[in-house]
Amino acid sequence: MKSCRRSYPNKPKSLYGMAVIVLMQSARRWRIFIAVVLLLGAGWTWLSRVPALGADVGQIPSPRVGFPAPDFALATLRGERTRLAAQRGNVVIVNLWASWCGPCRAEMPAIQQVYLAYYDHGLRVLAVNSTIQDSEENARAFTQELGLTFPVLLDQDGAVTRRYLVRALPSTFVVDRRGVVRAVIFGGASMAALQSAVEPLLKDAP
Amino acid sequence: MFPILQLGPLALYVPALALLAGVWVGAWLVEKEAIRLGLHGETISTLVFIGLVAGLIGARLWYVAHNLGAYAADPIALFSLSPATLTPGAGLLIGIAAAGLYGLRRVLPPRTTLDALAPGLATMLVAIGCAHLASGDGFGEPAQLPWSIFLWDADRHPSQVYEIVGALIVLGAWWRLRGRRPFDGFGFLLVVALSAAARLFLEAFRGDSALIAGGLRAAQVGALLILALCLIGMDIWGRAPRPGAVEAARHRL
Repeated sequence: MKSCRRSYPNKPKSLYGMAVIVLMQSARRWRIFIAVVLLLGAGWTWLSRVPALGADVGQIPSPRVGFPAPDFALATLRGERTRLAAQRGNVVIVNLWASWCGPCRAEMPAIQQVYLAYYDHGLRVLAVNSTIQDSEENARAFTQELGLTFPVLLDQDGAVTRRYLVRALPSTFVVDRRGVVRAVIFGGASMAALQSAVEPLLKDAP
Repeated sequence: MFPILQLGPLALYVPALALLAGVWVGAWLVEKEAIRLGLHGETISTLVFIGLVAGLIGARLWYVAHNLGAYAADPIALFSLSPATLTPGAGLLIGIAAAGLYGLRRVLPPRTTLDALAPGLATMLVAIGCAHLASGDGFGEPAQLPWSIFLWDADRHPSQVYEIVGALIVLGAWWRLRGRRPFDGFGFLLVVALSAAARLFLEAFRGDSALIAGGLRAAQVGALLILALCLIGMDIWGRAPRPGAVEAARHRL
C-alpha cells in the first residue's frame, strides 16, 4: 500500500482509491488479488464442508419440504384411531381443514377425485379437521354433504394443527413413501396441482 | 417465522409479499439509476417488467410442461398460481433471455444497462432474505449461541438474518461506490461479486445446504465460480477504462 501511495502524486485518501489504482494501473496486482481471494474462498469451502450424514435435513420431523413429516395419531369420524406412520410405504396427502373455510370446501372435491384415481397406486389421504376451531358435528355434516370417502380425522385439542404450524386453512402436505414431506401447498389446491405433486412420488417403489 | 398473515378471511403469504416489496423497491431504484447513468428510465423499467413477467410465465409453463397430463385434464388450473407450482430455475433463465432480447432490440448499451440493474439485484437479495425469514426456509445449522433462534425444533444460526445483513452490506457498498465507476459494468460486477462472496461465507452456517461430492456445499462451489468470473470480468473490462476515469476517481477522493 505504501509503495502504491508513493507512486502517485495525487494521494488517494481511502481504500477504494487504492483499489481503483490497483485495478486500473496494475493488472499483475489485480491478478494476485484474484488468486488470493479464490484461494481463501476455496479454503473456506473446504473447511465448511459437511461430514457424511452431518446435515440435519432428513433428521428432525418438521412440516416442511425435505423433513420427515411429524407423526400423529387421531380418531376418525368413525371412531377408529389412525396414525400417519402406519401409512409408511404409501404416498399420503395430509390436508388440514375446517368446515367454515371456503377454500377448504372448494378443494375437497379435487382431493376426493385424486384419492379415487390413485388409491390403487398407493395414495392415501388423511383429512385432519382442525376441530379445535370447528366442531365434530359440522365436520360430519361437511363430509356427508361432499361425499368424502377418505378418513377424516378430528384434531380435538389442536395438537396436530400446532405441530404442522398451520397459519391458514387449508394447508396441504404431500408425504412420500418414506415419510418425507415433498410438497406444501397453502390455500386451496387444484386437482392439477395435487396430481403433479403426487404422480412422481407414486412412481417410486414402495 | 411468520409465513401467513391472516386478515379476516384473507390469508396473505408473507414471503410473497416480501418478494413483491423487493420487486417494487428494486424497480424504483433501477429506474433512478438508469436515469442517473443517462439511459432512458422507462425503457429500463420496461426491460425489468418484461424479464419479470417472462420469468413468471416461464416458470409456470415449465412446471406445466413437466406435468402435462395433470393440466390437460384440468386446464383452468393453469391460472391457479402457487409457489409450489413454479420451476424457479427455468423461470430465471427465461426471464434473463427475454430481457436480453428486449435489450438487443432496443440497442441498449449492455454494460451500462447492467450497471443500472445492479441496485435491483441487490434489493432482491435483501427481499429474498426477508422471505426466507418469514417462511423459515434457508435455515441455519443447529448452534447454541446467544443469538440463536429456535426454528424447526432446534436452536439454530439465524442464517436468514445473516443473509439479510449480507445483502444490505452489498446494497450499501453499491450505494457508496455508485458515483465512482472506473469502467462501465463495474457496478454490476461489484454487486454480483460481493453477493457471491457473501453467499460463499454465509452458506457455511446453513443447515439445508445441498451437498455434492466430498460433502462440499453446492452453493459455495457455485458462489466461488461466480466470484472468479466477476473478478476476471473486472480484470478484462477494467483494462480499457473510460477516458479520464482513473484521474476522475482519484480527484474525487
